[in-house]
Amino acid sequence: MEVLLALVIGVMAGAAVWLVLRPRTFQVIMGLTLLSYAVNLFIFSVGSIFIDKPPIVTPGLAPNLESYTDPMAQSLVLTAIVIGFATTALFLVVLLALRGLSGTDHVDGREES
Amino acid sequence: MSLFFLLLLPFLVGLVMAVMPTRARTSLAGGASLISAGLTAWLITLYPLVRDGQVIRQTVSWIPSIGLDLILRLDGFAWMFSVLITGIGALVALYARYYMSPADPVSRFYALFLLFMSAMLGVVTSGNLIQLVVFWELTSLISFLLIGYWHHRVDAQRGARMALIVTGAGGLALLGGVIVLGHIVGSFDLDVVLGSGDRVRAHPLYAPVLILVVLGALTKSAQFPFHFWLSRAMAAPTPVSAFLHSATMVKAGVFLLARLWSVLSGTELWFWVVGGAGAATLLLGSYIAMFQHDLKRVLAYSTMSHLGLITLLLGLNSPLAAVAGVFHIMNHAAFKASLFMAAGIVDHETGTRDIRRLTGLWSRMPYTGALALVASAAMAGVPLLNGFLSKEMFFAETVFMTSQPWVERGLPVLATLAAIFAVVYSLRFGYGIFFGSPATDLPREPEEAPRWMRAPIELLVLCCLIVGMAPSVSIGPALAVAALPVVGGVLPEYSLAVWHGFTAPLYMSLIAITVGIAAYVRIRRHQRRGHLQNAPVIERFNARRLFDLGLLWLTLWARRILKVLSPARLQPQMFAIIAIALLLALLAARDLPLAWGEREQLPASAAFVLLWAIGMACAIGAAMMAKFHRLVAITLMGGAGLVTCLTFAWFSAPDLALTQISVEVVTTTLFLLGLRWLPVRLEELGVVASARTRLRRARDLLLAIAAGTGLATLSYAMLTRSAPQSISPFFLERALPEGGGTNAVNVMLVDFRALDTLGEITVLGAVALTVYALLRRFRPAAESMLAPRQQRAVPADVGTDLVGPTTVEGVARGYMGVPTVIARLLLPVMLVVAAHLFLRGHNQPGGGFVAGLVIAIAMITQYIVSGSRFVEGRTRLLPGRWVAWGLLLATCTGLGAITLGYPLLTSHTAHFAVPLLGDVHFPTATFFDLGVLFVVVGATLLMLTAIAHQSLRAHRQPSVVAAPVAHVEAP
Repeated sequence: MEVLLALVIGVMAGAAVWLVLRPRTFQVIMGLTLLSYAVNLFIFSVGSIFIDKPPIVTPGLAPNLESYTDPMAQSLVLTAIVIGFATTALFLVVLLALRGLSGTDHVDGREES
Repeated sequence: MSLFFLLLLPFLVGLVMAVMPTRARTSLAGGASLISAGLTAWLITLYPLVRDGQVIRQTVSWIPSIGLDLILRLDGFAWMFSVLITGIGALVALYARYYMSPADPVSRFYALFLLFMSAMLGVVTSGNLIQLVVFWELTSLISFLLIGYWHHRVDAQRGARMALIVTGAGGLALLGGVIVLGHIVGSFDLDVVLGSGDRVRAHPLYAPVLILVVLGALTKSAQFPFHFWLSRAMAAPTPVSAFLHSATMVKAGVFLLARLWSVLSGTELWFWVVGGAGAATLLLGSYIAMFQHDLKRVLAYSTMSHLGLITLLLGLNSPLAAVAGVFHIMNHAAFKASLFMAAGIVDHETGTRDIRRLTGLWSRMPYTGALALVASAAMAGVPLLNGFLSKEMFFAETVFMTSQPWVERGLPVLATLAAIFAVVYSLRFGYGIFFGSPATDLPREPEEAPRWMRAPIELLVLCCLIVGMAPSVSIGPALAVAALPVVGGVLPEYSLAVWHGFTAPLYMSLIAITVGIAAYVRIRRHQRRGHLQNAPVIERFNARRLFDLGLLWLTLWARRILKVLSPARLQPQMFAIIAIALLLALLAARDLPLAWGEREQLPASAAFVLLWAIGMACAIGAAMMAKFHRLVAITLMGGAGLVTCLTFAWFSAPDLALTQISVEVVTTTLFLLGLRWLPVRLEELGVVASARTRLRRARDLLLAIAAGTGLATLSYAMLTRSAPQSISPFFLERALPEGGGTNAVNVMLVDFRALDTLGEITVLGAVALTVYALLRRFRPAAESMLAPRQQRAVPADVGTDLVGPTTVEGVARGYMGVPTVIARLLLPVMLVVAAHLFLRGHNQPGGGFVAGLVIAIAMITQYIVSGSRFVEGRTRLLPGRWVAWGLLLATCTGLGAITLGYPLLTSHTAHFAVPLLGDVHFPTATFFDLGVLFVVVGATLLMLTAIAHQSLRAHRQPSVVAAPVAHVEAP
């Protein structure tokens, strides 16, 4: 399982990097979204993954990372998901404005000569 | 009374004055001079507390963890400087009332004036070196604004900029020097630094410290080779010149040299660097001053040379010379401020400052003439005036010093020469413009200045006279108090007296005066004939031109370097960022070899293998499709998002799964809304990409593969290890007893890390407002203004939902009828789900974020199926207010804790019994979470509706659209 999860993260990140390096703004924004998936999964998995051990405190269980998955990684990722949404929205609007002002969807605001 | 008062009063009053009526000259001047005079009086009452080397010290803890405190420290030297600053400030403020024209915005002048005074007092009373540098830079900044007070004038702009660049750069050098000095001593506390002179001088880093600190001092005091800015700064109003460029700011440089004299002086290096710069400036300044034609420039160059004299005295490594330096600081402030003010009166009354045009003013303005004459005599070092005394001490030092033979012989000659020059320029100022035949072609008919405009000069000239005639009674005690801390404990023997008998210094003075008068007569004759208009020899070396060249050169190279480091194109930058990040990660592997851990692996399951295979396929597919098939890419991206979400759910992160899936919905809607405004891009078959493009793609692909492999390897290495316990058990342990909830993730968000969350929702609200603001001015590309192709294809009379309904009644007449009904029925259900998620959030998966997103989705669903007009015709959502109320609620909940004496955002849990429900725990964090919910709802709706409304706008203005459309479709 670990190999597979690592592989998914790697593939997502690779695809994201490819997209981020493309010349069209839409490709870049797709790349950033994909990159945020990869990075969120990565941070989350750093907190060591478990099946069926959510960080909901249950009486009788020792309060450590043997009994629960790491709540810290999760709260960080939760914040990252929401902020990621905000930046995506902002970038999308900047993209639209750039397209309206410059007449192109190239990342530099003008087609390559 | 606290010393902080000394800084705060002028600062706060300055701020108030900035918003006063701009032309209220009298009240502003009255306020400024009364405050300054009051501070002077208060400082004078402090005299007994700073006598005999005593120090007043007050500390406010600032950043105690790194040893930074705000320390105000008033010893005798700082006391003397503070009295000078406030006293001369009071006089200049009064003078400026009459100098400034009724048309000038004087509130800005007085505001800056008081702010400057506060900053300058900060420099002299700082007990911490870093703090000193901060105030130091503040004086540079405010003096920039003051020099550029008449900002419509080009010379003021240039002069201000030059002063800022030179003194600001010097300030940076000083910061560097101070940091190294603090490193040597182990503390930035001035008292500690002053006590470790021997250690500093013996340290290998002594030379860098000395050079850097001296650079700061020399730039500030306009010493050679940084002297050129001072004459340009004369573009400032004369009161500014009188205050800043004679009595205070330029004195900051020599203040610093004197302040650190006991720490840094006493070495050969100090002698050559400081003494050398001082001697050069002394001679150069007085020489150039003889050939200037602008009254203020004469004074500027003479200020330079007098500061050079003080610097030279401090550089001589003798305690007696240092005392003389301190004495000259006081004397120079008195006569130079009065001379500047006199020059201002002449300028004000005659309309010119050109010495060649000004003659014989005595008959018109005898009082001013008499005052200027006495003050310039003091400047020239005429006996019975204060300038004579300190100059004689200087002569004595040059005669009796011990050094190499050529220095011993050369320095008295140099001193006499500079004194001769000083007599010449003093005569040009004090005698030349007031005597001789009255000028006839002046721009304005001169008359005597108003009574209160002369009063400040009278007071200062009176001081010059009293000090000059009875020095030991009048200034003796103050000098002793001021000089004691400079020399570090023991004052050398000196006698303040007018008559010391026939000594070498007296002969030097007499030579200077007689030769000076003779030289003045000759130079004047030459200048009348049109010769000697510029300083011979020196005129060829133009420091300003060098400065300009230097600036040009710097700009040029900055541009070139910027061109290489930061190309205007995004793609190379992105490539570099990712490649460098990758490289750094690889470098880290050198120290920490990559190895797999020993953690027990989870059993594989077929479902998950399939799920992740889909996830990978989606990611790669989205990457391939994003260029030509955007809708497909968005769909595949949603697939990847769902896989992420399921992964979260499977591996015990229910909160993340909930958030991810709702964000996924919102993001996808957002993308779909944006699609309409992007240009059509069609895949052209059979077109082969150019070699360059293919090369770049191959390069990017390699980097993408490398990055993916790297991250995969890294995450595998992490996954096979057990995570360190770190601080997570703390949260798990405290979640219930202190946070009042069992869901550790939610408790962390709204309680332990609530400040982060507060910041996050603030960002969210700010982004939503930015999106809204950006779209208000949105001008879509011409071809996107048309209705979509599918809609245009439909005849106008066909009753279909494909064409956007133009009226509220027109909603869902056709195939959208069924989904519309379902969506409307779902609305209350979704709201209940949101309420459920919100209320259970503290103990079970859920919380404000998810609940807010669900509400937003519920509303957006209505927008999607029924259209904006329908929804907005029936509800008043006002998402902006949701954001505002949410932020207010969250902040107030946090502040509530403070009013009860707890740190910000501390949560309290109330326990009470409710019939039927049993025991209820109600943490205050719930209110905070409610604030989060409001912000999320508001921000999400604001962003999405702002984009959605663009479609309405386009259709609302068909007439505007028509022209560009025709143009685009023509080819």
